[in-house]
Amino acid sequence: MRTRTNDLILQTITTVVAFIIILFSLSLFFAGHYNPGGGFVGGLMTSGAIVLLLLAYDIKTVASILPIDYKILIAVGLLFAVGTGAGALIFNVPFLTHAYDYFYLPLLGKTSLHTAVLFDTGVYLVVIGVTMTIIQTIGESE
Amino acid sequence: MLEIIIQITLVCVSLSMLGFLYRVIKGPTTPDRVVALDAIGMGLVAIIALISLILDTFAFLDVILLIGILAFIGTVAFSKFLEKGEIIERERDY
Repeated sequence: MRTRTNDLILQTITTVVAFIIILFSLSLFFAGHYNPGGGFVGGLMTSGAIVLLLLAYDIKTVASILPIDYKILIAVGLLFAVGTGAGALIFNVPFLTHAYDYFYLPLLGKTSLHTAVLFDTGVYLVVIGVTMTIIQTIGESE
Repeated sequence: MLEIIIQITLVCVSLSMLGFLYRVIKGPTTPDRVVALDAIGMGLVAIIALISLILDTFAFLDVILLIGILAFIGTVAFSKFLEKGEIIERERDY
């Protein structure tokens, strides 16, 4: 049941809205330490933006826009999480001990940088990878 | 005074969501149900805004934007399924 249709309105809206969704997901991700949010819901929103691109275009176009193998993204995310935990062993403290300090960044001023953000980056990448692998695998099968 | 107004508004939004629910159950065609579900999502947004006013907190404002985005993506996916028979195309030839 294929009909030839013109999705001009959907594609135009998607080009604008996908960027807003990605910005919102990044805001959720970086707000996770002090406000509601974090790596999980941020990753889900980013994959929601990619799903919107998949809805407006097709799998081949999105693969040429974002040439990412999502299974490798899962591995990189797990590497971030384990690496953050193992990095604590170098400083002779227990596994997964986090550290933070205050730095003076050029534009942001006094900022606290925490290694939990690196762990959260791992969660973020794994959530994007798992969600997009599931959706693309189901979408490609006939 | 504001408390009473918020509670009256909550009752009104709940009644409108009952009307949408009637359309979801009764709706003769599938597009009727999809539009009613989208409107239920917007009613949820209104209820969350009113409840965050009652609880006097900023913690739920992310949820409002989240429900708006999810309702949009869900409605687009459902309408694409109704129109084309598949949600994610592998490759379009036009």
